Amino acid sequence: MIGAALQALASHWRRHPLQLATLLAGLALATALWSAVQAINAEARASYARATAQIGSGALDVLEAPGGPIPLPRYVALRRAGWQLSPVLEGRARLGDLRVTVLGLDPVTHPPLPAFTAAMKRDAAMLGRMLAQGGMLIAPPDLAAILTDVPGLPKVQVSDSVPPGMVMTDIGVAERLLARPGQIDRLLILPDQPPGLTPLADLAPDLQRRVSRAGTDTARLTDSFHLNLTAFGLLSFAVGLFIVHGTVGLAFEQRRGMVRTLRALGLPLRLLTALMLGELLVLALIGGGLGLVLGYLVAAALLPDVAATLRGLYGAPVAGGLSLRPSWVLGGLVMALAGTGVASAQALWRMVHMPLLSAPGLQAWAQRAARGERRMALAGLGLIGAGGVALVLVPGLVGGFALIAGLMLGAALLLPPALALVLHLGRRLARGPVGDWLWADTRAQLPGIGLALMALLLALAANVGVGTMVSSFRLTFTGWLDQRLVSELYLTARDDAQGEEIARWLAPRSDAVLPIRSGEFTVQSVPVTVYGVVDHPTYSKNWPLLEQTPNAWDRVNAGAAAFINEQLARRAALWSGDRVQLAPGWTLPIAGVYSDYGNPTGQAIVALPALLSHASAVPNRRFGVRLSPEAMPGLMRDLRAAFDLPASALIDQAGLKAQSLAVFDKTFVVTGALNLLTLGVAGFAILTSLLTLWSLRLPQLAPVWALGLTRGTLARLELGRSLLLAALTALLALPLGLALAWVLLAVINVQAFGWRLPMYLFPADWLRLFGLALLAAGLAAALPARRLYRLPPSELLKVFANAR
Amino acid sequence: MLLTIEDVKKTYPGARPVLQGVSLTLDAGQTLALTGESGSGKSTLLHLAGALDSFDAGEIRLAGTALSGLDDTGRAALRRDRVALVFQQFNLIPSLTVGQNLGFHARLAGRQDPVWIEELTERLGLAELVARYPEQLSGGQQQRVAIGRALAARPALLLADEPTGNLDETASTAVMELMLDLVRASGTALFLVTHSDRIAARLDARAHLSGGCIA
Repeated sequence: MIGAALQALASHWRRHPLQLATLLAGLALATALWSAVQAINAEARASYARATAQIGSGALDVLEAPGGPIPLPRYVALRRAGWQLSPVLEGRARLGDLRVTVLGLDPVTHPPLPAFTAAMKRDAAMLGRMLAQGGMLIAPPDLAAILTDVPGLPKVQVSDSVPPGMVMTDIGVAERLLARPGQIDRLLILPDQPPGLTPLADLAPDLQRRVSRAGTDTARLTDSFHLNLTAFGLLSFAVGLFIVHGTVGLAFEQRRGMVRTLRALGLPLRLLTALMLGELLVLALIGGGLGLVLGYLVAAALLPDVAATLRGLYGAPVAGGLSLRPSWVLGGLVMALAGTGVASAQALWRMVHMPLLSAPGLQAWAQRAARGERRMALAGLGLIGAGGVALVLVPGLVGGFALIAGLMLGAALLLPPALALVLHLGRRLARGPVGDWLWADTRAQLPGIGLALMALLLALAANVGVGTMVSSFRLTFTGWLDQRLVSELYLTARDDAQGEEIARWLAPRSDAVLPIRSGEFTVQSVPVTVYGVVDHPTYSKNWPLLEQTPNAWDRVNAGAAAFINEQLARRAALWSGDRVQLAPGWTLPIAGVYSDYGNPTGQAIVALPALLSHASAVPNRRFGVRLSPEAMPGLMRDLRAAFDLPASALIDQAGLKAQSLAVFDKTFVVTGALNLLTLGVAGFAILTSLLTLWSLRLPQLAPVWALGLTRGTLARLELGRSLLLAALTALLALPLGLALAWVLLAVINVQAFGWRLPMYLFPADWLRLFGLALLAAGLAAALPARRLYRLPPSELLKVFANAR
Repeated sequence: MLLTIEDVKKTYPGARPVLQGVSLTLDAGQTLALTGESGSGKSTLLHLAGALDSFDAGEIRLAGTALSGLDDTGRAALRRDRVALVFQQFNLIPSLTVGQNLGFHARLAGRQDPVWIEELTERLGLAELVARYPEQLSGGQQQRVAIGRALAARPALLLADEPTGNLDETASTAVMELMLDLVRASGTALFLVTHSDRIAARLDARAHLSGGCIA
């Protein structure tokens, strides 16, 4: 009995191979994009975990000074009191042309680290060399290859056990590289302490003891980025499921007659349901398997760009290679199964509850869907409202994403009723019988193609929203670069001595020489780079201040106030008029807040003399030079000749802006790729809807053909109908996309990156997207239309014959 | 002569010949019943006469136009302007109301006559149903709409393929009576495919198709 029933069920797929292919493709696409995002996230998180393990000490408590670094004498005093501590100094430094994370440790007292242990195994004398005059840097292979050629750096040792983008070294060397002599960021409290020690709370009440969070900072910082990716993955998954839902719904509807017959022949309903569930399970596993293969390929293609983005935005250590994880495979298959279950539940439920004598009818399927439109509209409005409430009640990223989810799903549910209304109005304006029929018929097709149009709406809105966000960001960033990069020429000397020599040489040959000097400090336990500026109108006229107090620049130049960047302001909740403690004993009022896009860390600006009084050893190697643009080529030539500077040491303003924009554009490569893929899936959803609806369409088209319309006319009308629906969907996607852009800019960006951006509108991009939507719909409709155009009349006549 | 079928042959790909040289004629306003066993090619001949399909050999002339010389556009124009069709399964346009279905073919042909359509609506007993959709009607009501749609265009030739085959005897008789009355009143020629001797007997002429030929 089971064999016969299975044979009957499988015969449907044999007779409808295209439907089977569509179902598997929908499942594969849904699983692929979701799995690709998960693979990227898993790889990035594994990299963070690896980095945490590689820099060790994750389990040890640490001591920190709340307002800044710990002075060396405090460390010495605690050691003399018997406490077993190991000092750590960490910060970002420019080594050659690269900005890297420098981790300075005391190799003698620090718990064993994989990088040190491996290097010691190879070369027992390494520790001695590391501590000797000049020291040693341990760097990952790609970084080591670059740093080896940088003059003035200690010898570089290659190690696979150092996280990407980081160098490890002795704390003495780190002090020099970071220009923070005598400073310590944290003290590791080693596990074996002698008995009878005076408690740390008594010895050092100004220091805070806390559980180490090495590595977790990166994970926390990048959480929002991964959440963004996951949201995109979910969107793609949902779009793919629309295909599955439509195909399964039609397949089950087409099999109603067969199911009725099987039940009439004595097959128990329970067994039949189990067989159909088994069938769905097999299909889900096949589709999910295909999706995993596809997802792996997509992830492998996107991961290098994601790694670059994470390094650029957060300084997060992510390698570019992808590994296959069993948990990822299992997760992908579970998603495929769950997705199939969700997409098929309604169809299966209807099948199970279908009366034995219920007449099969494809038309009934479309009619039932039409009746649900009012419920859909109410649910859509409810979801949008719930999203708005969530934003008010749940602040932060979660509230923002809840609003996005509510907006997108709600709008998708509102689409069919909205289209029905537009088509109803269109019909009123129709002239002639063909126009009349076309509007009415298009309205009647909505239930069948509605899911695909919802998918298109989501994809287009995501494109408009994310595109507006990225383009607004780019426009703001470009304007901001114009303000920030005012000097005509930027140069980097080999060392401080050469820097001073060059500054003296440049003074009579330029309008102004502006030193770019900075030191690393800690504000509220967060690393902050403090820049010292000289008093020059270049800054006061151009610096991109978001807010300022009266006479702000005068106060900063006098050393009586500081500017801070937006990231620090939002993170530390400090704004103009508040006071910021940059180091113990160095607290300044905040004269203003400036925008600082693309920078993951906090930043402050003070007068250069004020900086030097708290960090005298900050490097003096980088300068901005003001001069007339005409004089620049000659000056660059003379500089190179006089100081034997490499090409990379001199860069003009245009070159630096181009470099910055290139980094910016690379950051959003992944977003663009996911956007395009989602749109592609939506286009495919339309194609699959039209192809699966093919058997429904013929009985509707054949009478019109018989009454005197040619197949060519009908094919053109079919194409026009798809273009019309896509155009209407694209128009409705625009306000949704703009709402999405607002949430991304005003809520998500602030939470994720720490800056808020103005929103600009880009009508040319909308037109391009509108064209893309029409192209996708046109391509999707072209195949069925061509099929109709070439259909032999005898096939159309079967519609009348089949009815007998 | 309105319709002339001369030695027409038709074979579907991969199947035995359906029509092996069929000839018959139909005058304007005449009614003709075509009978025959299932699979004898009755519907095929009707489709060929209505310019719905092409034949392999012979010739069909409708109102002086040779169908063999027409392309797809020409055949569509002929169906629109000269012919009307009534099928067993009604084949109404589901997205249009009864009223819109009734006027659809006439509007396509550019011959919409509101007075005539209203008269048809009244005589077919559809006046109360014009705002409904086909799915909301019984089989007999749907077939009456199909007949009304066909005659509203004032075609020269009405082709009907088992128009009452899906109806019970009472409904079948009522629908057939109405159709014949209206056909005669409008001067339309009728080419009817039927299994029923009783119905065939009520028409002006009768032809029997057997083995791909007129017996």
